[in-house]
Amino acid sequence: MRLVPFLLSAGITVLLILAFNTSLVLPAPLGKLLSPQHGVWQNADPADEDYNASLVLPGLKGKTEVYFDDRLVPHVFAEYDEDAFFVQGYLHARFRLWQMDFQTRVAAGRLSEVLGDKNGLKDILNRVDRYFRRLGLPYAAERSLKLIEADSATKMFCDSYTAGVNAYIKSLTESSMPLEYKLLGFQPEPWSNGKTALFLKFMSFDLAGYEKDFEYTAARNAFTKELFDQLYPDYQGFVDPVVPKGTVFDQPGIVPVKPADADSIYFNYKKAGNALPGEPLKPDRENGSNNWAVGPAKSKSGHPILCNDPHLGLNLPSLWYEIQLQTPRFNVYGASFPCSPGVAIGFNDSCAFGFTNAGRDVRDYYAIRFKDDTRKQYWFNGSWKDTELRIERFKVKNKPDVLDTVAYTVFGPVLFDKNYTGGRVTNGESYAVRWKAHDPSNEVKVFYLLNRARNYNDYLTAIKNFHTPGQNCIFAAKNGDIALWAQGEFPAKWKRQGEFVMPGYDSSYMWQGMIPQAENPHQLNPERGFVSSANQYPADSSYPYYMGGSFAPYRGLYINQRLSAMQQVTLQDMMKLQTDNYNVLAGSVLPHMLKAVDESKLLEGQKQYWNTLKSWSGYNNPQEEGPTIFDILFDSLHAVVYEDELAGVEHVPAPYESVLAEGIVQDSAYRFFDDIRTPRKETLQDDVMEALRRAMPVLEKARTSNSLKWYQFKDTHINHLLALPSFSRQHINTGGGTYSVNATRDDHGPSWRMIVHLSPEIEAYGVYPGGQNGDPGSMYYDNFIGTWQQGRYYRLWFMKKQEAQSNRIKWKMTFDRG
Amino acid sequence: MTKFLVSLVLIMLLSFAACLYLPWWSIALVACIIAILIPQKPLPSFTTGFLALFILWSAFALLVSIGNHHLLAQKMSVVMFKAANPFLLVFVSGLIGALVAGFAALTGSYARKLPRRETVR
Repeated sequence: MRLVPFLLSAGITVLLILAFNTSLVLPAPLGKLLSPQHGVWQNADPADEDYNASLVLPGLKGKTEVYFDDRLVPHVFAEYDEDAFFVQGYLHARFRLWQMDFQTRVAAGRLSEVLGDKNGLKDILNRVDRYFRRLGLPYAAERSLKLIEADSATKMFCDSYTAGVNAYIKSLTESSMPLEYKLLGFQPEPWSNGKTALFLKFMSFDLAGYEKDFEYTAARNAFTKELFDQLYPDYQGFVDPVVPKGTVFDQPGIVPVKPADADSIYFNYKKAGNALPGEPLKPDRENGSNNWAVGPAKSKSGHPILCNDPHLGLNLPSLWYEIQLQTPRFNVYGASFPCSPGVAIGFNDSCAFGFTNAGRDVRDYYAIRFKDDTRKQYWFNGSWKDTELRIERFKVKNKPDVLDTVAYTVFGPVLFDKNYTGGRVTNGESYAVRWKAHDPSNEVKVFYLLNRARNYNDYLTAIKNFHTPGQNCIFAAKNGDIALWAQGEFPAKWKRQGEFVMPGYDSSYMWQGMIPQAENPHQLNPERGFVSSANQYPADSSYPYYMGGSFAPYRGLYINQRLSAMQQVTLQDMMKLQTDNYNVLAGSVLPHMLKAVDESKLLEGQKQYWNTLKSWSGYNNPQEEGPTIFDILFDSLHAVVYEDELAGVEHVPAPYESVLAEGIVQDSAYRFFDDIRTPRKETLQDDVMEALRRAMPVLEKARTSNSLKWYQFKDTHINHLLALPSFSRQHINTGGGTYSVNATRDDHGPSWRMIVHLSPEIEAYGVYPGGQNGDPGSMYYDNFIGTWQQGRYYRLWFMKKQEAQSNRIKWKMTFDRG
Repeated sequence: MTKFLVSLVLIMLLSFAACLYLPWWSIALVACIIAILIPQKPLPSFTTGFLALFILWSAFALLVSIGNHHLLAQKMSVVMFKAANPFLLVFVSGLIGALVAGFAALTGSYARKLPRRETVR
């Protein structure tokens, strides 16, 4: 009887296929993944990968030639603008499709579709997807998309790009699918202009989504006005603002009026009330950047030099993709965002442009009182007003769909209510969010227009489209002009408006209007010979509007000092400044800390650290131990100084480092040095000694674990978007830090460094910590990291069509209409 | 021996061809059909299918990996086996193909014998 063995072996074969083709038995479909002709082996690009191609695609208008240089940077020469953006879309998809898909899925609140509702310990559905939907990110993108598509230029811009991305997606087969699709087991879906809009809104979240309204509300409830203002000042005098102190401002076009009952119900300090924890998901506070431009009088060559380095979360594949686009109508080079057409930070034949974050607070909360659990009506201006209910559907991998209903009010979506607390312990109260990014705006037009800008007026026309996120837009032109606008559409707020949760039943607490664009702080060819910004306050306190927000004072202070002192500036000077590791915070407070302490009181074990600190250069150089000791000691000091005031009060935010620093530098009798829990009156010396005592275990641990050197302690790493360690670069030996111009932190820092010399033949340098090819199996996946880490640059090749024979060209793709 | 070698080579060649157009598990169809067309005893049949795909897939993977300077295999072996060993990934690739093709060929070998027994009865 052979039937039994036949059935048995047939059964085993089928079971093996099932086991290796699905995730039912094994954690991954190993057969699919490891088949050399289908799986991940197909993503192991040969070291000498041939990128040459000749493509005929429907949707193109003419012929386009793409020359790839030895860094895999494409130089695109198109006959038509439409084709240039089509090809850009195709190339973004060719090299970064999975990343584009992933980033826009995060923004759309659709991550659970591909990762499942939980990924490890992370509750993707509730903490990420529902959060972004309830914050109204897709809603904001839908509204902006209408504007983008109503404008013929940006419609063409995005339509062409989308067609290019989709042309590449159509060409994909199971084997050529990007690696991460194979690992996660899903397929790309068609691109759309809506996805570009989603990406831009995600950038708005990243750059203009930071606030601490709940934390400040908790602090207001706990502290007197006097104490609150000292812990959380709304302006610090030592800062050197974006437009210099003393700049004269016009009479404001709009004067916001504080509501009549604000003093009793809004500024009700130290009145017990609800204290809620802050937002469960915050963008990084240090999402910032440096940019500056020196004018002809200051540069050695007599031509302007523009520098920009945006500080963002560092990931692989990188947020940036280098590209040159040329058509008969424009010629631009720079860093582009996979997901968006055009070049975001770069230069063209006539000028260069870049951005830093404006950091203004454009996201506020309103407490909403619903009539009942249906959330169909809420109390507003003395009557019940209808909400609009938006039903959000979540597809969840391997699970049934989940529905969530979000109520929209005059302010915006009710982010938190009894159905959603973001994982925090709340009392089930409801809060609507008013976020500037909800207002329709067409930021992609900034890129479209800047890429072809010829002069200052073109630049100004272009950046006026920047509403959210607000940006310090920098500009320099071959004709010698340099300029900077703190641009954005910012609400005109009365002082401290929106810093606390506002009542949602009274229209007088709403934003009363926007600051007229012309009144945004700006400079054109200032006398000091340079313009600069580094996320500090845009103007001094004489600016007629409340600036509120989150600002970083130190880098700007130092950059301005250095630029003021420099003459005959060269490109090398600029590279040195852009990668400068000087710790500006330490430079300001450490001398006071060192001086305050009586060294004879130091214990034996403490002395070695103290001496290292004393002999430290003040630079966060990778091999030094001083930066580590300072970092640990200052953190410890911060805790010692404020913990007594903050003791027993829940959810209040820690004062900024700059607040403590100002106290140390400017006030030897700073009130917070005293520990209010003791009868004694403590001084800076007592606090530093106590801080050192507490820092000792941390320092000893760092020493024994061989991580006392700054680069070891800081431990810079660049993670793959899925945080797979072997797809990431870890333990990068590099200096810098939060308070250095080289703002390289653990997972955050200069994501693109660019220096452009606006000489008759543009001379430009740049680098980003990644590589052009998003495939982890490619040689070009992370090949720029070494150069970036050492603070070196690549010369950016602004290629001319007649250089097509150059031996720097390694590959060529041609695109023809089909 | 000739049958063994011919089967081996045919399974390798046809598996490669099938995988150009069909899903990876088409190797099972190939191994099964060859085992029916070129009859061998169950054990040699299994061995033929097993060896054919072990050689094809591990050699293919190894060549790709060498061309890639083992960059991806190094990373993937950490992801899949928590061990940075590109050759482990090559070996497992070969083994998976081998197991599926081996049992498929075995099935073919037994299938060959099914109709004859039925006619005898």
